[in-house]
Amino acid sequence: MPNTREIQLQVNGDVRRVTVFPMARLLDVLREDLKLTGTKEGCGEGECGACTVLIDGQIVNSCLIPIAQVNGAEITTIEGIAREQDLHAVQQAFIDHGGAQCGICTPGMVIAAVNLLERKPNPTEADIRNGLAGNLCRCTGYMKIFESVVQACKK
Amino acid sequence: MRAYIPDYQIVSPNSLAAALALLQREPDIWKPFAGGTDLMVLLESGNLPHRNYIDIWNLAELRGVNINDSHVTLGALTTYTEVQSYDVLGQEFPMLLQAASETGGLAIQNRGTLGGNIVNASPAADSPPALLAYDAELELTCATGARWVPYYTFHTGYKQMDLRANKLQTRIRLPRHSQANLHYYHKVGTRKAQAISKVCFAATARLSGDRLDEVRLAFGSVAPIPLRCVKTEARLRGHQLDQSLIEEAIAELRTEITPIDDIRSTQNYRLRVAQNLLIDFLTSTA
Repeated sequence: MPNTREIQLQVNGDVRRVTVFPMARLLDVLREDLKLTGTKEGCGEGECGACTVLIDGQIVNSCLIPIAQVNGAEITTIEGIAREQDLHAVQQAFIDHGGAQCGICTPGMVIAAVNLLERKPNPTEADIRNGLAGNLCRCTGYMKIFESVVQACKK
Repeated sequence: MRAYIPDYQIVSPNSLAAALALLQREPDIWKPFAGGTDLMVLLESGNLPHRNYIDIWNLAELRGVNINDSHVTLGALTTYTEVQSYDVLGQEFPMLLQAASETGGLAIQNRGTLGGNIVNASPAADSPPALLAYDAELELTCATGARWVPYYTFHTGYKQMDLRANKLQTRIRLPRHSQANLHYYHKVGTRKAQAISKVCFAATARLSGDRLDEVRLAFGSVAPIPLRCVKTEARLRGHQLDQSLIEEAIAELRTEITPIDDIRSTQNYRLRVAQNLLIDFLTSTA
């Protein structure tokens, strides 16, 4: 097709090639071309954090990234957080402490929490609140999520 | 309604020179695209009329910080996250650090850039008031050369600026060794994270005894542009800080700002908050 471009990404450790329109959103390429539907779309305008993924180790809103900007980049989605059958401590803590209800915000929330613990293995309460400030949840009232992250730090 | 993605083109030149050459050759065809935190929102809502973009995100020439005796110079692509990582900014330009930490959440701070914030030219942007209060200068570059301009003359009207279509805003520099001993930055929004400002205020001054000097005041969201309030500054500069001076300054400020009603707040609220912020700045120093 005219105007499409071949883009190469490393996604969750695997090299993936896609031929897509260069302004296609990373979110849509992940979900529709690569069938990685763990990443969710919430607001589509960078407010809610549901579509959070890691690009080269930094959290971003994948709804705000044109695919042309990540050619050659390393992407981690929620599918890349667990190691085979072993859940990440954050994922296990969300299960154990009721950090997930409807589930739409959960993948983004987990990615943000995993990134926070990589940057700050012993975060303060303020660090946790700040680290998750870009992720909205409309079910839990946040306390269960907050407690899940606190528990994950202890592992 | 969402934009039709195949209508859009974004090209990724591998050097600043290549990007500038393309802008020089076809200045009305191409526009720069940095971190995307504003443009992609417009794309998603179907409100991005321009179709062809030059991706400048990966241009190393537009990154990094340079520090010499007279200035701290930042690449236009310096992200809010990077702003928070430089000790020199925290020590000498704390309001810029605070603005960066209060703009969006971390995911936005990882992609949003100072240059993008400036050139997007939203009157509600959070870093411009701090840059205005620190008397920043902007480097504007085209294929044939570069020049520095004072930031406070850059915005000329709502979303209008002194930047021709063949130029890129490439660096930002902040003069060092200011004698200012007061730095006051306050953003008023609906919530702390993510919310766009209802009013944003940045102020610096040197207070020696009761006398105010080197006063610079800048507001966001109270005018069509990020506004340096030079008339109110003139009222304060060189005078003894007392109640009557504060009242004079407030009266001047009321004539200098022109807030409006919009989805985030009202004219009356903004006018009141702007005055309260100036009063707080002037009285919290005593």
